[in-house]
Amino acid sequence: MKQTAIDKQTICYHCGNDCADEQIELDQKVFCCNGCREVYSILSKSGLCNYYTYNAHPGVSQEKASKRFDYLKEPSIIKDLIDYSDEKFTIVTFYIPDIHCSSCIWLIEHLNRVNPAVHYSRVDFLRKQVNIRFDTKGITLHELVMLLYSIGYEPLISLQDVVKKQASDKKDNLVRKIAVAGFCFGNVMLLSFPEYLGISVYEQSFRQFFGWLNLLFCLPIVLYSGTGYFKSAWTNLKNKVLNIDLPLALGIAVLFVRTAAEILTHTGSGFADTLCGLVFFLLVGKFVQRKTYYHLSFERDYRSFFPVAVQVINDDREKSVPLSDIQVGQRILIHNNEIIPADAILLKGDARVDFSFVTGESVPVNKVLGEVVYAGGRQTGEAIELEVVKPVSQSYLTRLWNNEAFTRTQENRMQTFSEKVSKYFTIVLLIIAFSSFIFWFPFDVHRAISAFTAVLIIACPCALALSTPFTMSAALSIFDKNFFYLKNTAVVEQLAHIKTIVLDKTGTITINGDTSIVSLITGSDAEKQMIYSVCANSTHPLSRLICQYLNSYSKLNITSYYEVPGRGITADIDGHFIRVGSAKFVNTVQLASSSAQKTEVHVSINEKYIGYFSIEQHYRDGMTTVKSLSPSYGLYLLSGDHGHERDALSSMFSTEDMFFERTPQEKLEFIKQLQQKGNKVMMIGDGLNDAGALKQSDLGIAITDNVNNFSPGSDAILDGRSLKKLPAFLKFSKDALHIVYISFCISLTYNVVGLSYAVSGKLSPLIAAILMPLSTFTIISFTSVATHLAARKRKLL
Amino acid sequence: MSIIYFLIGCSVLLALIFLGAFFWAQRHGQHDDLYTPSVRILLDDEPENEQKK
Repeated sequence: MKQTAIDKQTICYHCGNDCADEQIELDQKVFCCNGCREVYSILSKSGLCNYYTYNAHPGVSQEKASKRFDYLKEPSIIKDLIDYSDEKFTIVTFYIPDIHCSSCIWLIEHLNRVNPAVHYSRVDFLRKQVNIRFDTKGITLHELVMLLYSIGYEPLISLQDVVKKQASDKKDNLVRKIAVAGFCFGNVMLLSFPEYLGISVYEQSFRQFFGWLNLLFCLPIVLYSGTGYFKSAWTNLKNKVLNIDLPLALGIAVLFVRTAAEILTHTGSGFADTLCGLVFFLLVGKFVQRKTYYHLSFERDYRSFFPVAVQVINDDREKSVPLSDIQVGQRILIHNNEIIPADAILLKGDARVDFSFVTGESVPVNKVLGEVVYAGGRQTGEAIELEVVKPVSQSYLTRLWNNEAFTRTQENRMQTFSEKVSKYFTIVLLIIAFSSFIFWFPFDVHRAISAFTAVLIIACPCALALSTPFTMSAALSIFDKNFFYLKNTAVVEQLAHIKTIVLDKTGTITINGDTSIVSLITGSDAEKQMIYSVCANSTHPLSRLICQYLNSYSKLNITSYYEVPGRGITADIDGHFIRVGSAKFVNTVQLASSSAQKTEVHVSINEKYIGYFSIEQHYRDGMTTVKSLSPSYGLYLLSGDHGHERDALSSMFSTEDMFFERTPQEKLEFIKQLQQKGNKVMMIGDGLNDAGALKQSDLGIAITDNVNNFSPGSDAILDGRSLKKLPAFLKFSKDALHIVYISFCISLTYNVVGLSYAVSGKLSPLIAAILMPLSTFTIISFTSVATHLAARKRKLL
Repeated sequence: MSIIYFLIGCSVLLALIFLGAFFWAQRHGQHDDLYTPSVRILLDDEPENEQKK
């Protein structure tokens, strides 16, 4: 019993992190930081400790910088955020990325125990959203957000959320259409059944009655559920495009007309069952194709990266101002870890700005007073004061984003296989239909019409239209299980055609800040202090790393300093001559270690060699498998960073395929050049600096360590852990395409078999009624089994 | 056998009621969130014995 108690003590009761040396205790429970303890104390005061019983350590570590929500006091910002408000209550919806377990649901839905002014709160787990209704007088929006923040659930409020989403709910009532189609299909099947078994002569009146009812059920199918196909076929015809919707619309129309004619003239029972089944299956196929990821957004842009408001200094008073109201000449205050929203001149403070997200440059940049700081950088360090020189809408980053090339619509993407095939299919179908009409016309007009309609009915490409959606959506869910989220089913096919892969460096194959440095310096403290002083003068990334490593020293005065770019530094301190740099530069006999991933910085003082620093940049685990793609795929590295890691990266990329110091615009041009050579290019990147390249490429993949974090607009989002599966993904996408080909063949076989009946003009409704669902069933089962097997083969399942 | 008219009338009516119920549920957002209620139903309203833990 005591043993377990000791074990427990090392883990934070709230978040499950390891507790560091100093222990923070409350109620005999240990916490890793004050933040976690604070959350616990709030919860225990409100009698909400059940939070901890549903899951062990459900909390999220609170060890992060405190956030400022002062802007939520501005009425103009509040107005944009809330859904509804009157004197009594207000309704607001927040996006909370930290929602991850049932405890979260329980706690957030019991908010009113912490503050009774909250009437009601409801979590949508998949969307990670919470809908809250609260007393307008009892609690302000600012207090509500602070309350959520205090219990560890900080809502993410960004400019994109403030801008109300338009046209997000463009669902065209597909579910309703399916419901209606299903309802009619079921009833028609029931009423057609007697017809299949044969109705005796005595019960002929029933046949009439069933026929009329069937016709009645066909009306909503054609006039409501199937309208989409008519519309699409018509617009495509107007644009002189032949796609699969035309034969589908023709099939639906012919089925209906012939059914109506047969029933009204009492000449037959019609094809009501086939018609209803066709529309129902087609709509189900459409539904399956439309996979949505509630928690992901593929359309993000700079607006979700920027803050909602910024602190403006006016007559020595700070005030939150919405970003859109920022004007030239205003003084803004940017705190640690805040983003600079507009191009501005530095007025006060020590600016160390991290532009990694905008340019790919991995080391924070020092700015001097009076220098222009471009928007999109993140300040690290103390708060700084800036004067805005350009409004947000015209700042560097925004302009970049609104660049024509960046906002290009993606119309010239690849045509999908089914689009290509259906064009020929439609032409062949129409030829067969008309020629059978012309063939029978001289002999028997009635038979000619019946053959013509029968061809259009039987060749209606239902199975053809279903094979792509079912295969691709099965493939999509396989990718999904491997943390690779594709925007839609067409992306699978694009993936299969990729020939060239372009990778970004910072954040894509390296993880920011994940470097380890080993000191093999044999010198004294005084000597280390000299090394520190020399490196502190340099802006080179390696010098920076050494400074970070030796940060306990103070800086000495340097009498002379000289930096040879790409080689090293020589400096004079109190008569000591110091060389820091490459092995050659320092004149050492020390052999460079064999590992290519390590960079070494050698040091000599007064021409006496004292050792070296070994710096290792960690790459994502997947890089070795990605490297293996190299001969069959073109592999390029495209980085905004300086080339100081060129040597370390040469084990993965050949030297001529590595490009450094590329601006976002140049990256885009690079992709374009590759495409002009006829390559299908896949771009993998992570930051805003890759956004243009991601859009330009045939397939843009945003890589991220946490899918809820910001990622630039792209076709797919890949979790960093799954980068190593990239070769398997590429192979699997090809498998999926082959499955589509095979299922096309299967459905064509069905069509050919059916056509042999149809051209003779003797199509019985029973054959049509059997053939259509049978082919559909074959396709659905074949595609799902085959996709599953392919995924097994590629070890993705 | 004319009872069949009545029976078919009943079955169609019943099916229509179900269709109507589905539409009602659809319009009232019952299908908006298909996951959270499955978790919510397992959470107890009142903490049973909080002090024990």
